[in-house]
Amino acid sequence: MAKTARPNTPSKELLEKLFTTAFRIRNFESEGIKLYRQGLVRGYFHPYLGQEGIATGACAALEDRDYIASTHRGHGHCIAQGAEVGGMVAELLQKETGYCKGYGGSMHIADISRNNLGANGIVGASTPLGVGAAMASQVRGSDAVTVAFSTDGASNNGTFLESLNLAAIWNLNFILIVENNQYAVSTKLEEATRETELYKRGEAIGVESHRIDGNDPLLVYETVADAVKKCRAGLGPILIEAVTFRHSGHHVNDPGKYMPEEKLAYYKERDPVDRARDNFISMGKAAASEVEAIEADIKAEFEAAVDAAKVAGEVTVEDFQEFVADY
Amino acid sequence: MSDRELMYREALREALFEEMELNDEVFIIGEGIAERGGSYKVTEGLLDRFGAGRVRDTPISEAGMIGVGVGAAIAGSRPIVEILYVDFAMLGMDMIVNQAAKFRLMTGGKGRVPFILRTQGGTGGGVAAQHSQSLEALFYHIPGLRVVMPSTPADAKGLLKYALRQDDPVMFIEHKHLYMNKGHVPEGELIIEFGQADIKREGTDVTLIAWSNMVPRTLEAAEELATMGISAEVLDPRTLVPLDREAILKSVAKTNRCVIVQEAVRRGGIASDISSIIQEEAFYDLDAPVQIVAGLNTPIPFNLVLEQASVPQKDDVIAAVQSVLHVDTF
Ligand SMILES: Cc1ncc(C[n+]2csc(CCOP(=O)(O)OP(=O)(O)O)c2C)c(N)n1
Ligand SMILES: [Mg+2]
Repeated sequence: MAKTARPNTPSKELLEKLFTTAFRIRNFESEGIKLYRQGLVRGYFHPYLGQEGIATGACAALEDRDYIASTHRGHGHCIAQGAEVGGMVAELLQKETGYCKGYGGSMHIADISRNNLGANGIVGASTPLGVGAAMASQVRGSDAVTVAFSTDGASNNGTFLESLNLAAIWNLNFILIVENNQYAVSTKLEEATRETELYKRGEAIGVESHRIDGNDPLLVYETVADAVKKCRAGLGPILIEAVTFRHSGHHVNDPGKYMPEEKLAYYKERDPVDRARDNFISMGKAAASEVEAIEADIKAEFEAAVDAAKVAGEVTVEDFQEFVADY
Repeated sequence: MSDRELMYREALREALFEEMELNDEVFIIGEGIAERGGSYKVTEGLLDRFGAGRVRDTPISEAGMIGVGVGAAIAGSRPIVEILYVDFAMLGMDMIVNQAAKFRLMTGGKGRVPFILRTQGGTGGGVAAQHSQSLEALFYHIPGLRVVMPSTPADAKGLLKYALRQDDPVMFIEHKHLYMNKGHVPEGELIIEFGQADIKREGTDVTLIAWSNMVPRTLEAAEELATMGISAEVLDPRTLVPLDREAILKSVAKTNRCVIVQEAVRRGGIASDISSIIQEEAFYDLDAPVQIVAGLNTPIPFNLVLEQASVPQKDDVIAAVQSVLHVDTF
């Protein structure tokens, strides 16, 4: 089921928010990769470059009481859900001031205070965890909605069907966003499944399901906003397959040679950050100076975050040992 | 025999090539193992040599993949399922614990499960809590499984080849830090039967028991101890199930002191079990209580300093040896 019609003209405020978030993620990832190359970040770093439109659009449609669950490619979700760049950079740099005290790192990054269940190192884990948050809301009589970000790769894991089915039989306020970037590391989606239109998995178990262009932040926003409304009216869960493509390899050290150049060019033509900027300018009538100011602020914010993280306190073995004393 | 050196991952690859050549029933499946050659390059070249029938990429479907391996083994194949990180084997625990481990007994010995799960574990490089675990004790606890943890290229090759010729389910756990390590691997047939410990270094004052990545670390400690005039013997069980009790007891009878070094968390670990075996069967050989140097009871934190603090380091081994050597008069 494709979505095309634009229900009503988006407000300038919304368009500004979409652009700001998308650009903040883009900047975080591009600059974060530089920090990685300088040896300041260790472990895994899975860039969200190219997929920014999905987290941006989805989280803009949520209220403070709503939840998200994230993936191994989780920086974008974390930012879109309102985390501050300072705490995230500090986390990547293993500092005590990081959101997870430097104990979690890129793959487990989260601002828990913003109802983010966290990035996750286990492919497929976000879906059952997200369904769990939706169930908690239902049991306590809240109309909060949970968005679980998931992936094409996770759609072939048993957790996908088991947990989405639970959400369905219990009518949970649950939105499953399948970020279909068409690859799981170097494995092409069509090598991993016969049915590459992943929204059909939802339909197969009676869940309202959509397939949309994930590189269109406004369309993602509108689709998720609609899904949120339906969920709050008791019509959940809803599955949204958002088709997209990475701009880089699977992780920082993967050159991504297996990604066909034409395809990459096609998706770069449809860059979600450019589209958010264009919308802000054309539909939102934003002046060039407004755009420049936003970009400059976001860049400065990141640099300040790096400066602060570099001088921030180191974690200590003593604190850590105390932390795990009852483990 | 030449002094041929291979990397751990090359030795594993050689075992796979040789056994797949010999036995058409051997096949391998896993994520990114075919065209890409696996995350640790162990399976490079297998697709070209043996074709897409016997070397297959899978979706991210661990429970299914492991189950398929177990089923194929019951049906007479010799499947190898590669799981990228031992942490992800947790998704297939039903198939490992309730199916693979039980089948032989449940069928009164008529059914066998020559299934191999190849995976890797351990800490290294800040890959954090869900990619750093040492989970061998979980499998050690389940009767019916074999648990193999090679520390050198030669052991990796010989044990993998043996695994492909015996008839029980094997958890073959490599270590992410060992793949690039080089070591002597003799040319020609190399088969190492399960249940045979190897003395990696002879000594007379203390027995150090270690496996997997703790072996090179313990050997370094032993070198340093030598400069302090302490002669340490380093024993690598190589397979934890079956465990070579005899070799352990023999070494302890010689040295009268023992330190067990384990990367996994201390609680409920294999070191504790080995220690209980020694105290039960060799109590009167001991001049000091057996000491265990193990990981902290913690998930592995991202921060590199804390990661290091979570698992045994060379100095921890040395300190433990000094302590067992000082307690020598009752
Ligand atoms: C259960 C599990 N299996 C395997 C992995 C290793 N792994 C990490 S990311 C990844 C590919 C993921 O592809 P996809 O789910 O499509 O997400 P994408 O990376 O494309 O965002 C794999 C195989 C894992 N982290 N967890
Ligand atoms: Mg993908």
